[in-house]
Amino acid sequence: MRLRRKITNMVFQLACMFATIIGLSVLVAILYTLVSKGLAGMQWSLFTEITPGPGSEGGLANAMLGSLIMTSMGILIAAPIGVMGGTWLAEYGANSKVASTIRFLNGMLMSAPSILIGLFVYEMVVINMGHFSGWAGAIALAIIALPVIISTTEEMLKLVPTSLREAGSGLGAPKWKVVTLLGYRAISTGLVTGILLAIARISGETAPLLFTSMNNSFMSLDPNQPMANLPVTIYQFAMSPDETWNQLAWSGALLITLTILALNLSSRLLPRLAKRR
Amino acid sequence: MSTLVMKSRWHSDTLFQRACWSSAILIGVLLVSILLSLLHGAWPALEKFGFGFLFSTEWNPITSEYGAANALYGTLVSSFIAILLALPLSLAIGVFLTELAPAWMSHSVAAAIELLAAVPSIIYGMWGLFVFAPWFSEHFQLWALDAFSEVPVLGLLFSGPPMGVGLLTSGIILAFMILPILTALIKEALSTIPNVMREASYGIGANRWEVTFFVLLPAVRSAIFGAVILALGRALGETMAVTFVIGGAQDMNTSLFMPATSVSATIAEQFNEATNDMHISSLLALGLLLFVITFAVMAVARILMRKRKLS
Repeated sequence: MRLRRKITNMVFQLACMFATIIGLSVLVAILYTLVSKGLAGMQWSLFTEITPGPGSEGGLANAMLGSLIMTSMGILIAAPIGVMGGTWLAEYGANSKVASTIRFLNGMLMSAPSILIGLFVYEMVVINMGHFSGWAGAIALAIIALPVIISTTEEMLKLVPTSLREAGSGLGAPKWKVVTLLGYRAISTGLVTGILLAIARISGETAPLLFTSMNNSFMSLDPNQPMANLPVTIYQFAMSPDETWNQLAWSGALLITLTILALNLSSRLLPRLAKRR
Repeated sequence: MSTLVMKSRWHSDTLFQRACWSSAILIGVLLVSILLSLLHGAWPALEKFGFGFLFSTEWNPITSEYGAANALYGTLVSSFIAILLALPLSLAIGVFLTELAPAWMSHSVAAAIELLAAVPSIIYGMWGLFVFAPWFSEHFQLWALDAFSEVPVLGLLFSGPPMGVGLLTSGIILAFMILPILTALIKEALSTIPNVMREASYGIGANRWEVTFFVLLPAVRSAIFGAVILALGRALGETMAVTFVIGGAQDMNTSLFMPATSVSATIAEQFNEATNDMHISSLLALGLLLFVITFAVMAVARILMRKRKLS
């Protein structure tokens, strides 16, 4: 009996350790694959040349630029709306019924499958325009970023001490000034962190871009036209039998993952750095 | 003069409040519009096929007959496999991080597991198709085909071509993808248990296994349940990773090695290629189905978690 207890205990602890090793080795395996397959294609031409036709050489310049443009447009749309929405939840809505409904729906939108956002924007924007476009892609990305920014803004504003608000109001400042000049300034690092997380969230999204911006094999800066982007390019190139395309897909995959991991790390380090200063 | 100041102040204050209010309300408007636009697009298919759409295994663009059963089956089975694999794994990791590992190790391991959540789903898909699937085919499927061929139920599940892709592979890749969120939620739940409970249990001579299994895990049962439902919602809607590894076959098989499809993978693969209206409408009907399922699952998860917070 005593021995059995001891053995069960040992087996249990080893199993827990083993599970942790499995989890970590998946991360290591993915990163190893990305680096070993992607590094081979990391040349200067990757950043200067556009996506090649089948069988010829090229880079990912148009896809990177397109991703950059659509992500920035998406964030520029989502950030002001998200910050204001979060402000309403924290400062005005508080515990009202409407506010808790919005909070619930915000959580729902955050966890809605991103491919459905793509279908929605297709129905609303692409059909009306008659063709795929960079705008449609940016709007789809904005809808995905929006709930993230709303909830981080609300969380951050809730942390602002009431005494700060009272001090502002006591000096005769109207509420909007208290919120924007005192509240936003107090949580500026938090706001930036939330936006960084939103960028990290949308820059790897593929499914919502498939039916909205689609892809473009040429360099195009016109958001009214289909726009090249990294995720869809990676998807198409990875699925094709062409070897140069496969290599470009792996390089793009490495690039996009490094970018996202860097965004995540900086969103984690930023609050600490700000505190130290 | 002073009334003028008051008036302009009142004005800018209301303006700001209204702008904030509209931004918040936009969330509700968006969700309702998503539902309505899917419903609108799916209407022709729903009108033609009715409830039969849910149960028909037909998916034929030539005869224009469509049913969701294959895709639904793939989505449900792969998500179920994912939960089945990820739950014990994340329970063990959660216990390791909160109960067994020293603090420094716990912090860094938890951070690494969280990084896993940041990896975009298309990367999981590529890795799953080009690295995991060949490995899995060679090191598990060939062996399993041999070992289980005579066993009643397992023989049926583990049969078919050892191609590496299929239902089981997408279940496993999904399990890796939901592992971080599940682990984080379980870890959080375990850390809310007051230390007194641990001390009392160890005090009467229980060992780590007994404390964990008979005291700690039962105490956070409902939280774990909520976490599982939340992770299930993630798995059901996951698109790109599944599209890469599920095989893309409009088929329904008991064999887990066979290529299959899922709701999201069908939409991702066919939407841009669909030319006739009924095909597009049927794909949108699949989208509507996915919306309803994930919404219901997530709503249950949220209500469960909220209840826990109140009590």
